Amino acid sequence: MAQLGSEQNPLRVAIVGSGPSGFYAAEALIKSDIDIKVDMLERLPSPYGLVRSGVAPDHPKLKQAILLYDKIAQSPEFNLIANITVGKDISVDELRDSHHAIIFTCGAESDRRLGIPGEDLAGSYTATEFVAWYNGHPDYRDRQFDLSNEVAVIIGQGNVAADVARILSKTVDELKHTDIAEHALDVLAESKIKDIYVIGRRGPAQAKFTPKELREFGELEHCDAVVDSTELELNKASHIELEEKSNIGSKKIYDLFQKYSSRAISGPASSRKARRCHFQFLRSPVELLGDSKLERVRIEHNQLSGDPFKQSARGSGKFYELETGILFRSIGYRGIPMQGVPFHDGWGVFPNDDGRITENDEIVPQFYTAGWIKRGPSGIIGTNRACSVATVNSLLADLDTLDSGDQKAGAETLYSLLDSRNVRYINYQEWKSIDATEVERGQAKGKPREKITYVKEMLELLN
Amino acid sequence: MTTIVTDNCKSCRFTDCVTVCPVACFHFDDEMLYIDPDVCIDCSACIPECPVQAIFEDDDIVAEGKEEWIAINAERAPDLPVCDEQMDPLPGAEERKTELGF
Ligand SMILES: Cc1cc2nc3c(=O)[nH]c(=O)nc-3n(C[C@H](O)[C@H](O)[C@H](O)COP(=O)(O)OP(=O)(O)OC[C@H]3O[C@@H](n4cnc5c(N)ncnc54)[C@H](O)[C@@H]3O)c2cc1C
Ligand code: SF4
Ligand code: SF4
Repeated sequence: MAQLGSEQNPLRVAIVGSGPSGFYAAEALIKSDIDIKVDMLERLPSPYGLVRSGVAPDHPKLKQAILLYDKIAQSPEFNLIANITVGKDISVDELRDSHHAIIFTCGAESDRRLGIPGEDLAGSYTATEFVAWYNGHPDYRDRQFDLSNEVAVIIGQGNVAADVARILSKTVDELKHTDIAEHALDVLAESKIKDIYVIGRRGPAQAKFTPKELREFGELEHCDAVVDSTELELNKASHIELEEKSNIGSKKIYDLFQKYSSRAISGPASSRKARRCHFQFLRSPVELLGDSKLERVRIEHNQLSGDPFKQSARGSGKFYELETGILFRSIGYRGIPMQGVPFHDGWGVFPNDDGRITENDEIVPQFYTAGWIKRGPSGIIGTNRACSVATVNSLLADLDTLDSGDQKAGAETLYSLLDSRNVRYINYQEWKSIDATEVERGQAKGKPREKITYVKEMLELLN
Repeated sequence: MTTIVTDNCKSCRFTDCVTVCPVACFHFDDEMLYIDPDVCIDCSACIPECPVQAIFEDDDIVAEGKEEWIAINAERAPDLPVCDEQMDPLPGAEERKTELGF
């Protein structure tokens, strides 16, 4: 029997999920000096994960990461099997038989909850569903968002919250030449929203935006960024945090808030823009109120306590109510469990040691993980590269233990299983033809692409 | 809009930055790294990784008085080899870091 990792007996790795972490894992495997076959499985017909369905349509440059993924996908060692849900169309045990190793890079597709009364009232949404909807994710195609109230509230102060706020702040003219889904553009065109409140649990020194995202709010055509200067007073610990040299990002953010607060928005009405985005700090929603739908949010003011960089927010016992018709929760994502794979319920991740999946601290043979489902939902596209490289290094170090002594048939095994189950899978060339149709449909409207938002329609194109 | 490596990187070349670059657009010579502006997608991932704060967005670079590095990166990067894996820092890198006050 030829050695594992040789031409006669290549190492066969299945990667579950085609987001950034999946592609960087594939890249690292292909770059290694052993013979490899990579089969990437993706539940949607379209690859690229959140680069397609998360990253904001008005940030087209970021989406150019796809150019690199496309290059990786053209390698002879690479194979895409899309429109396949692992855990449903194929089980993880079947992957164990067909491949030497499996890397789970399936992302964090669910949300953390606020855990307050009224959270599920109509009008209360997660940022996830709104983002996926305007980005044309098929699972969210038919969601309805009621933008008829003048006030919108966003809970959370990270970059996803910033994306949601910015999309609500922009006019249709500012968005119509992006790859935003047509159905979303139609709804946004009717938006009555004038005031957007972006509310953070902690203070202005602890907001989690990146300076670049926050800076965009100072440059919007039809929306003013509003910060009340009294909210920028800092306690001693926050002062210390901002003076720390390595904390330069937070300092830049604080400086931007200061700049926004000093801009006169009280001048003549004619000089004010049609919309306002208010950044507010040290507040937490405690209850969503309304008869059949959201009408008001009850908010508590917070106080910070603790040492610098370890400050936590605690309720002050002072409450008020804000009238609104729509609220988005953006307080973090969590992974979804998969049948047959250990899951850490508290953290919402697949528990692992350097990328090797563990159960009760014991390593589970053949199972690896990278990206958001490994680390939790933090870090941006590039963070996943270092993360996937580390996982692949662990995997390659285990080569001896992955050798089961018999050849694995890889994709061939999966194809016969899928055929017997009448599952229509899609390869990379087929995806590229869907991609070409999207680009062509976009061209007519001056957009980089018009996404096809129903799986059925994508499949019809191929038949 | 672009992202630029400046002189703090000189004779130190810690390569923490390259491990998180999603598009492998760092290039290197004997002295330091440069970013190819035609490939960089301005994701900012590298900026907080640099232990000597050598990397800036162009919005900040004017305030720092380091505008000349925009052209230097653009000119040098394309002809130099790509650096997409962590390399050993240059000799004396730790001393230089201390000297720069980090
Ligand atoms: C709204 C939003 C905006 C963002 N904006 C930016 C930004 O501006 N800049 C930046 O650098 N980063 C941004 N990010 C972060 C970036 O998108 C993530 O770091 C990155 O996508 C995480 O990669 P991943 O591969 O772990 O997960 P994902 O990208 O989520 O990929 C997971 C993939 O697995 C698939 N999958 C899930 N379950 C299964 C299954 N059972 N079987 C088969 N396939 C499955 C999913 O369909 C998906 O394609 C943003 C994230 C969000 C949510
Ligand atoms: S981390 Fe900073 S010092 Fe190190 S190579 Fe990158 S830019 Fe240069
Ligand atoms: S900004 Fe992003 S793409 Fe540009 S060099 Fe830094 S990590 Fe790479």
